[in-house]
Formats: sequence, structure tokens, C-alpha cells
Amino acid sequence: MVKALVVTGFGINCEEEMAAAYHLLGAEATILHLNELFQERDSIHNYDILNFPGGFSFGDDIGSAKVLANKFKFKKMSSGKLFIDEISQFLKNGKYIIGVCNGFQALVKMGLLPNIGGNYGQEVTLTNNASGKFEDRWVHCSITPDNPTPFLSDKNIKGMDLPVRHGEGKLIIRDEEIKACIIENKLNVLTYTDKDGNSTTDYPANPNGSELNCAGLCDVSGQVFGLMPHPEAYLSLYNHPDWAGKKRTNPDISEDGEGMSIFKNIVEKVKNKNEV
Amino acid sequence: MNTYTIQLMLKDNIPDVSGKALEQDAKRYFQITTGSVRTSKIFTILSEKTKIEIRDLAEQSLKDAILHDVYMDYLFIDPAFQRHLFMAKLPGVTDDEGVSAQKTYADFFNIDIESGEQFIFTGEYYYIENMLSDDDLKFLGNELLGNPLINHIEFGKLKSKIEYVPTVLIKSDVRIDHIDIDRSDDELLELSKNMLLSLDLKEMQTIRDHYLNDKTKTLRKRIGMSEVPTDCELEVLGQTWSEHCKHKEFNAIITYKDLDTGEEKKIDSLFKTYIYNSTKIIRERFEKGGNDWILKVFNDNAGVVKIDDESVFIWKVETHNSPSALDPYGGALTGIVGVNRDPMGTGIGGGKCLFNTNVLCFGSPYYNGELLEGQLHPRRIMSGVVKGIEDGGNKSGIPTINGSIVFDDRFRGKPLVYCGTAAVMPMYYNGKPSWDKPIDIGDRIVMAGGRIGKDGIHGATFSSLEIDEHSPRSAVQIGSPITQKNMSDFMEKAARSGLLKSSTDNGAGGLSSSIGELAEITGGAVVELDKAPLKYHGLQPWEIFVSESQERMSFVIEPDKMDALSAMAKDYEVEITDIGYFTNSGYLDIRYKEERAAYLDLDFMHNAVPKKQMEAEWKTPKLQEPGIVDADYNDILMKLMGSLNICSKDPVIRVYDHEVKGKTVIKPLMGENGNAPQDAGVIRINHKDFTGVAVSNGIIPRYGDIDAYEMSAGSFDEAVRQIIAVGGKLPDPNEKDGIFWTVNDNFCVPDSLYDEKKNPDGKYKLAQLVQMNEALYDMTTYFNIPLTSGKDSMKNDFKKGKVKISVPPTILYSMVAKIDDVRKTITSDFKEAGDVIYQVGKTYNELGGSECYALFDVLGANVPKVRKEDAKRIYDKMAKANEKELIASAHDMSDGGLAVALTESAFGGNKGCKIEIPETEIGALAELFSESHSRFVVSVPEKKAKAFEKLFADDCRQLGQVTDEDNMTVFIEGIEAINSKVRDLQESWSNGLRK
Repeated sequence: MVKALVVTGFGINCEEEMAAAYHLLGAEATILHLNELFQERDSIHNYDILNFPGGFSFGDDIGSAKVLANKFKFKKMSSGKLFIDEISQFLKNGKYIIGVCNGFQALVKMGLLPNIGGNYGQEVTLTNNASGKFEDRWVHCSITPDNPTPFLSDKNIKGMDLPVRHGEGKLIIRDEEIKACIIENKLNVLTYTDKDGNSTTDYPANPNGSELNCAGLCDVSGQVFGLMPHPEAYLSLYNHPDWAGKKRTNPDISEDGEGMSIFKNIVEKVKNKNEV
Repeated sequence: MNTYTIQLMLKDNIPDVSGKALEQDAKRYFQITTGSVRTSKIFTILSEKTKIEIRDLAEQSLKDAILHDVYMDYLFIDPAFQRHLFMAKLPGVTDDEGVSAQKTYADFFNIDIESGEQFIFTGEYYYIENMLSDDDLKFLGNELLGNPLINHIEFGKLKSKIEYVPTVLIKSDVRIDHIDIDRSDDELLELSKNMLLSLDLKEMQTIRDHYLNDKTKTLRKRIGMSEVPTDCELEVLGQTWSEHCKHKEFNAIITYKDLDTGEEKKIDSLFKTYIYNSTKIIRERFEKGGNDWILKVFNDNAGVVKIDDESVFIWKVETHNSPSALDPYGGALTGIVGVNRDPMGTGIGGGKCLFNTNVLCFGSPYYNGELLEGQLHPRRIMSGVVKGIEDGGNKSGIPTINGSIVFDDRFRGKPLVYCGTAAVMPMYYNGKPSWDKPIDIGDRIVMAGGRIGKDGIHGATFSSLEIDEHSPRSAVQIGSPITQKNMSDFMEKAARSGLLKSSTDNGAGGLSSSIGELAEITGGAVVELDKAPLKYHGLQPWEIFVSESQERMSFVIEPDKMDALSAMAKDYEVEITDIGYFTNSGYLDIRYKEERAAYLDLDFMHNAVPKKQMEAEWKTPKLQEPGIVDADYNDILMKLMGSLNICSKDPVIRVYDHEVKGKTVIKPLMGENGNAPQDAGVIRINHKDFTGVAVSNGIIPRYGDIDAYEMSAGSFDEAVRQIIAVGGKLPDPNEKDGIFWTVNDNFCVPDSLYDEKKNPDGKYKLAQLVQMNEALYDMTTYFNIPLTSGKDSMKNDFKKGKVKISVPPTILYSMVAKIDDVRKTITSDFKEAGDVIYQVGKTYNELGGSECYALFDVLGANVPKVRKEDAKRIYDKMAKANEKELIASAHDMSDGGLAVALTESAFGGNKGCKIEIPETEIGALAELFSESHSRFVVSVPEKKAKAFEKLFADDCRQLGQVTDEDNMTVFIEGIEAINSKVRDLQESWSNGLRK
């Protein structure tokens, strides 16, 4: 059985739908308050996939996910270990991490993404949308071909519609060197596009003004994946704003949402790995 | 103790989004040219740590390495900038960001901190390029960036240091005062006024007589209490007997005179006669039919109905008007997080919030008339309220799936801010019915969540003259959604673990209200106020008891479960405190250390408030139809699309998260381009099956200027038909289909208590209120939709000197209906060219109070009337048609009538339409723009048209066809009435709020 851990607490609020994705795929999903992990009543090493859901951890104070990232970097667990070292070990064990929205912001701010330097130093950030406001709207994203992450490994899927719901989703990259590495290694795995699938800087198709029109990043190994849009909010066809139109055009359309593929890919990957 | 200042300065290459916003808004709204603006964040830290340690904290944990440079103690100076503005919080005002910084401080240094007094304070320091005057700077600080009621503002030339630290210091002694009550009538009134009790003479006399009674005297002597009341006792009575808590006007005896007919009648309590009785009748009908889904009404924080054998549905809609007039952001934020606690604190508690809804009434954001002292501009009220709803909903992770905004300049004094929340609870917790509220003698009273400060004590009446620079500000409150989110997560777990026995929220009236009400269940309680955790020292015992500090719940806990609950609370970082226990003494026994702060007879407290007597007089207003000739229908439609009540609310809707939790099926805007406005929200209950609920809001205050009865009935019909439009099915007491409907009534009216000088038309206003109630009774009992919760707000007037701005009498009906299968719901947008368009329901010449007439600045006389028999027949047919999957789109006709509904359906589907109305009895203007109730624009695939027509017969008429062209034409009796590009109409619609 594939085991997913979905962390929660402190204002994280998308844990329910994140866990639902795994349940719907027949995998096991455990929702756990982060303090249970810090108290070491359970360990991330008991799971295959670590999920950092969206939400407003600590109200986005000081900068989105900043207080949460600090907790992972500085707060000692009950045995004195640091959470970030646990994560490092988790990845060394070949396991997978996904962060959505606030979870993505946390991964970036604790240096897990893109982590080109390999030392968890912060190389990019996610900050205020160019529009200056929080917005909930649906966007089109294209998937970078031949990207390194197993979360987006399904070659038949070139792109997907997803909802964005954030005020701080604009990716800013530290310097040109990092940017070049991101492009070269195809770490910018998800890109905001117009209706025709072309990468775009135009608002609102690009909802935040991200560099590289980037909607999602992975690390060089592909094991860590973060994205601003919410795949867990498109598990069902009926989440889409035009579900009724889609159904009229194609009465036999699948009742699964397009966001489901991301979870399906990783569950399959783990399943295959566990069987080997 | 050292005081450090940390400044986080955005690096030069990072776009300063908030600086840009200030620059643009200053120019746009006030014609002040700031030049370039830079912003920076200030943290003022009181700490024993060394300078090096605090620098490490700033460099490693406060700053974002990509975005910021850190300056410590001395501020960054940029010679290109002339002036500064510094915005911080006044002492005692919620500083959530400071609290979050403290949490990072604790994590960084790996220390535990008490969640007590604040030691990190935040502020914003702005650099302004141009040489603005002090007046301009102050103006921008007060009008654009903050509010003098909550913000400390500094301005002038650039500073090198920040000295301001908003610590709270209260100088007075803590003590219990005793107040002589044996006074003359005049003195009693003066006492009520001085103590801000808001009690009238009769009520004060009742209290006096109670204390002068020999029985009371003997008893108080026996337990060692003073003969005269304590300050705490009077405060508790003032709170318990307040209009807010006892609804004295809704329970008054009303003499109603109809001056047209000369008839007179007496109504003993509007609440009992109309609201309580209608629901009682409806409940009996359902129970007789073998339906038991109404589980709880009227006697808890919110009503409870049954979804299925596993879960129950709880919801409540409330208003937060006065606080939103003073501080729109804090008022609305507190409104939404406050109403979250009602379903959370119903029954045992721990319900999981499912959705938020809100309805807002504002003056025009383009209002350019005079503003009274203390009155905020409608645009500012609107932006603050919307931001408050945004933060309250989004940060709590609750989707805002539906809402509405009504504009009328009579709302410019007091806005109406209706906030609603629904939650789902398991039907049983460990075999115990979740909606019950059991309490036994000896159970502990536990307060959870935020700490107590002076917040909200006596609300807005707190005089600004009595406060100095270190007094905590109490007039307005700012909620803390994150504190509450932690608490709601905790409650959910505690309830499921069987640790909670019962719970309730601490809202208006604080502990006094929550414990006062819970104590009625066992018949007594002992509260030890000195144990209650405070935000700062120096609160008087009575202040602790009546404070309205937010994010607090009261729990009932069995003594042997306290340890387990405390351990769980620690995990969730929620502070809980045991502050007393329940008894059956018959008394509310409030202690502070060795003393008794209050010893109040519960029966007296809850049942002795004297009944009010009020007078109502009805006279039908003399009105006439204007007789508009030679109207240009294209022009009218174009203007209507861009008018405030019809135009797109997209800029507001998009800042609310309407799909967190991944269960929202019909959102406010849908369709191919995501811009088709929908009639009701639809959300699933869980991710497992496709059961859901539809949510709607009916509110049409302008009809009340013609006829208050029809306004109320029409608002009710609007709420019903919106749910029918998305695929709802009316409830039937005799059918065991498990379909529940529930409605919340929310009255917001101007002062309706007659006073010869102060309120000369009070009798007419009260008559309007009576009629609104009569319509409520007629509609609910006809449609069998029970009122499971509700609220009234009785004094919605903004007064300054001799000027009074009163809201029009307004009622909001918020409705929820169970949807068996959300996959069968219907959206409003046209789907395919060739589909046949029908009008369902009949149009009458009813342009009175319409948006169309409003364009001509006339009211008219023919207000839309609800013909409920027709409505019910039509709604039943709509449900049948949907069952047979005949309907491709359905859109309710309301503001702007047929023409507007057609336009919205067309652009929503990226389509056009050709319409022909071969004959008309009422004329083209009424055909197009009349707002008759119970109507829909429906499109049907061609091959299903026959079946549709057969089902509807005379209740539908074919209008035309959906086309692929960017054009909408309407021919009436062969003459072209409308010929417009759909895209142009859509453009007008899109820009209504962006002017």
C-alpha cells in the first residue's frame, strides 16, 4: 500500500482534499498535525510521499510560509533533531515531496526548491502577485516535456487547467546563474499559458507575473515538486468552471479532474518501486 | 529589557507592489501626487537577548534572502525621498503579525513563550518621494492606509529611529464597586447612561425593585453579599437585557393600526407570532409526514438539520453593521470569523465549516455628496469590508461560495454586512447525538482560544476622551483568523475524541452571555474570574466577564477528561483555562479571588426583563407609474448592464477563495470564460459521494419603498427560485426523499420606536416591519421551508447632530437546500447554438422599484407581486424537467428582468441569441425589463424541446434560439427592440465597478 503523509496545523487548510486525492486512488493518506511529528509520535520515514498542502500557515505573516519554513529549519524536535535534516534523509531514501501553494512557498523558503546548490540555501522566492492582490481564478498550465519529476511523468498529458488561489505566487529568481540552471535542467516544470498553450506573461492568464511564467518547480532529482495552482482542487470534473459545457460537448467525458493525474503519477511510481 | 528595531527594506531590484498601490490610490482617489513610494516592514522587539542574537534572528529568520536587506535600530535613509509615513497599531489592538513573529522567535531560539503579553510589534514605514504637507501625509495615513481608531500614525521628514512601542499600561486599581440602586427615576436613568448600560427606565426600575425586595436582601445578607448591586451585576444585567441578546423589540407588544381601513390589532411578539409559529407549524407537518430532518431550531447558536444518517448540517447568518461602519476591515473580519463560531459551538461542538456566504449593502462607491463627521466614504467602507471578508474566509480555509452586493445610497451611513457560515458535524460522537448540549452538575467550564482584553466593552460608546497613549483601544476589534483556525482544528479533534461534552461561542457579551446561557441548563454556575487569562494586567472583574475579545469558545468538560484535553490543546497550541463549574444553585456565582463579583438569580436574569410596548401605523403611500415613452431599449440595456446592482462583481468575487476544500460545484462565476454569473452556490458535503447543498440569498430592499409586504415576499421568492434555477427540488412534507430546506431570516431596519421628536415616522417604519413579518409567515408556511436560525438588527441609523441617515427596511433570506446529486445541477450559461430558449413563468407590468425605473430616477407603483400558487407549480415543473435532463441552462430573472437575464446567459456561454415575442399585452418596456417574480430564462436542446413544452404547457413560452453570433436581437410584435453586440453588453457589465 502506498502511504502518503499530509501535514497540517497552524493555518494549513487544504489537507482534506489533498488526502482525498490519495484515497480516491486507493492509496493510504494520513493527516497529521506537525506538532505530532515534532513530538516524534510518528515519523515521516513511515511514509512514501510527504505532502505540504496549501493554506495560510501563520496567516502569511512576515511573508507567506516564512514562519513555517523557519520552524522546519530551526525548531528542534523532541529528540533534538531538526525537521529539515529529517527531510534530507527522507529524500536520500528516495522518497517524494509535493508542496502546493503555501506548501510550495514553504519548500522554496526552506531551500528545498530548486536547491541547485544542494545545501538548502534559498535560491528563489515567491512573493506578492504583480496585481497586488489575492485572486481565485482558473489558469491553463503546460507541462515541460522531458522534465525530471515523476509527478508529471505522464507523457500523454501536455497541460492542464487548474485553479490558482494566492496573493504571493510571483516567482523571483536570485540571479541569472540560478535561472540558467533551472532552464537547463528543465526544473520549471509547469508554465502559465494562454488558451492556445503558449507561455504567457499576460495577466490574468499569468496570474502573478512569475519569472519564466513559472507555475511549478522541481529539484534536480525530481523528487521534490512544488506548484502554485491547486491540483487537489481539481480531482473531480465538477470542480471545473465549465464542467457543464464540457459535459454537453462530450457526454462520455471522464468524471475525474485533470489535477488527479499528478497524484496518480506519483502513486504509480511508488507502487512500481515498492514492487521491485 | 532591551528594545530593538528591525527594518526589512525591499532590495532595489524588487518591485514594491504596496508602494505602487499607495502611489496610485493617492492619485486616483484624492489627487495627491506622492511620487515614488518605498515600503518597509518594522519589527519592534522587547527582549533580553543580545544585539547579536537579535541580528541573527532578523538575518536568518525574519528577512527573505531574495527580497530584503536588514537595518537594525537605525532606519535606512534614502536621500531621494523627502517624507515618511509610519503606521503602527494602537496599544491593545490585535497585532497578528507580531504574534507570528513571536512564534518564529520562539522556534529560532528554541524556547517556550507564554502566549501572554506581546513583545514583538509590527508597523510599516513608507518613504515618499514628493514634499507632501503634513496634512496630506496625515490624510493618507487616516484615509488610505489606516484608521485613527486602530492605528498609531507618524509622518513628516525622514526619521532615523522608531521610538513608538505600543505596550499596554493600565493605572487603575482592580476592585469590585458597589452601586446604590435606591434612586429616583431620573437618577436611575442617569446611572444607566453613565454606566453605558443602555437600559430604559422600566428596566432600571425592575432591577431596583429586585434589589429592594426583602427576599433578595435576606439572601444576599446570608451569603455575605452587599445589599446593593455590584458593578459586575449591573453590567451583566445590562448585557443580558440588551436588545442584541433579548431582542426586546421583536418580543414587544405591538399595537398595529391600519389607517386605510381603520382596523387595529395587537401583536404579542413578532418573533413568536410569525417566526417561531411558522417554523413550529412546518415542523409538525414534516413530522406528521414521517420526516424527522429538523433536529434543532431556535435554542442553540444555530439550527440543525439532518443531511443523512451520518451527518448533520448547521448554519447561521448574522450581521455586523455598526462595527463595519467604524472600522470596515475589522468589523467585517470579526463578522465572518464571529459567525464561524456559531455552527462550531452548536450542540457538542466541533463542526467542520463547509462554506461562507455574505451579502453586503453599501452606498455607491462613486458617491460624491457630503460626508458627516466620522462617516467614512462608501468606497472606503466597501474596500475595507471586502478585505475583511477576504481575510476572514481565506485564512480560515472556508470557501466563500456565494454572495451578493446591493447598492443604495441610504446604506452610506451604515453599511449592512451579512455574514453566514455552514458547518457539518457527524450525526453522533461516540454514540451521542452531536446536536444535543448536555451539561451536568460539576462539569468544568473551560475557556479556550484568545486571551481577554478590553475589546468590545461597551462597543462604540467608549469615549475617546478617557484614553491616553497607553490605554488599550476597545471600540473596534480585529479578529485573528489564524488563532481561530487553530482552535477550530482543535475542537474538531477534541469532539471526535469524545473530550468535549458541550460547547458554545463567546461572541457578543463574552463570558457573561455564554456562561449565562449555559448555566440555565443545569441551573447555576460558579466562575472564578481571576483564573481567566488576560492580554494585559489591570482589567476589572466586570470587564473580564463582559469583554468581547474574539476567537474564544467556552467548553463544558467532564472533570476526568481535563488532563487529556489539556494535552491535546498543547499540541494544537490552543490555550485553555478551567474557570469554574456548573451547579444547580439557581444562581450565577461570579468570584474574583476571595470576593464575589456577582451573585445573580438566573431566573431574574433571564426572565424578568419587562416587555416593551410599541406602536405601528400603516398608510398606503400614494404612488403612480411614470409613463415612460420613446425609450431606447438598446441604450437602457447597455446602461443596466453597467449599473451597480447588475454589473459584474468580479473584482470582489475573485479575492474570495471559493473553492478551497475542493467541493465547490457551482461557483459565483462559471462557463467557458469563467464569467457567467450564477444564481446559487452548490457544494458537495464530502469527496466520497455527490450529495450537496445549494445556497442562495434573496434581498430586494428597494421594493420596500412601495410595499414592505411584497418586498419581503419577493426576497423570499428570489431565494427559492435561485435554488430552483440550479436544479433544486421543493420540500414536500409528505414525501420521504430526505430533501431538506432551511432559511435564515435577517432583518435590518431603521429605528422603528416612535418618538415625537427623535423618530416621528417610527410608527410607519414599525408597520413596515410588521408587514415584512407577515410575508415571512405566509411564504415559509406556504413553501414549507423552516426558519432554522435568524437575527434582527434594529437601529441601523447613522446620526450626527441633527442629521440621520437611515437604511431602508431590509430583509435578507438566506436559503439552503439539499441536492441529491450535484452532477445534475444546472448552470446559467447558454451551451450550444441551436438550443431553444424559453421563458418560464409570466411577465406582468411590474416595473415599480425596478432597476430600469431607477435609471430614470423614478420609483413607480406596480411593485412585483409574488403569486405563490403559480410559483410553486412552476418550481415543481422545473424540478421535473431537470429530473428528465431536459434543461441545458437556467437563469433566474431578477434585477433588470428578461433582457438582462438573456444577456448574461449569452455572454456566459460565449454565445448570442435571436428572440421573438410575437405579441405583448404589457408593452415592450415591461416585457424586457419588468422584474416579475418566479421566472427563468431556460435553454433546451432542440431534440428535447417538445418534451419541455409538453411539461410546462402554459407556464412557458418559446422566445427564440441560441446562436454562435456575437449578437443579441429581440423583436417584439415584429419590431426590433434590441440589437446589440453581446461583447459590448458584456464590456459594460464588466466595467461597472471599475470606473
